Amino acid sequence: MEIPILKLKNILLTSIQSDMNDDDALKYQSDVMSTLEKSGAKGLIIDITAMDIMDSFMARVINETARMARLMGARVVLCGMQPMVALTLVEMGRELIGVDTALNLDKGFDKLVKMINEGVD
Amino acid sequence: MIEISETSIDLRNEDDILIARQTARKEMAEIGFGSADQTRMATAISELTRNVIKYAGEGVCHIFTGASSSEIHIKVEIEDYGPGIVDVDKAMEDGYTTGGGLGAGLPGAKRLVNDFQIESQPGLTKINLEMSRPNV
Repeated sequence: MEIPILKLKNILLTSIQSDMNDDDALKYQSDVMSTLEKSGAKGLIIDITAMDIMDSFMARVINETARMARLMGARVVLCGMQPMVALTLVEMGRELIGVDTALNLDKGFDKLVKMINEGVD
Repeated sequence: MIEISETSIDLRNEDDILIARQTARKEMAEIGFGSADQTRMATAISELTRNVIKYAGEGVCHIFTGASSSEIHIKVEIEDYGPGIVDVDKAMEDGYTTGGGLGAGLPGAKRLVNDFQIESQPGLTKINLEMSRPNV
């Protein structure tokens, strides 16, 4: 299953589905990196609205993807985390997500544009 | 306690991780577990079945659900026949990993369920997860 990476102006938009297996997750990570390099995009949105389970492996892949994109000069926002996913991550007791977040895609887009324009960390 | 269902899922590759956690979620929904508990158990199963694929290669996941007039119950047994966990106490510590991960899998899974039992020796590792709630 391939995760589409859409380019909207200078932003890459990706939406992760729940039933992604481990290989798909790692392929997603490398696809995002190569698309970032080719497109010169300044921002990345990782939308997880459709994800109803996030275990420590997926959390790590998302975290690393965000950090890699940051190292390549892009700003990153993670958006759309379901309440039960947030609850489970916190109960598991690890800071698994160390990335800027927003409630939904709408707010995430506004936040990312603002971060790109203002150069805010 | 009346048994409602018993399902066994062979764990052979990564896709079986998805099948195991989806099956548990569906069976929990059928007997009335709420979505927070479904997500907790499915996440714990995801962590533990991934360990089976990663460290033992293959194994099996048994899911039993049951209900009485006062209680709903799920029990999940995850078994593999791999090399075993050398130091179980250490493996239950946050941040301990031999596989390059975050070391959040076992202790994280334990926090998500009511009861967590682990036995490991070379050739057989068995983890039991249980969760019960009042039947309302």
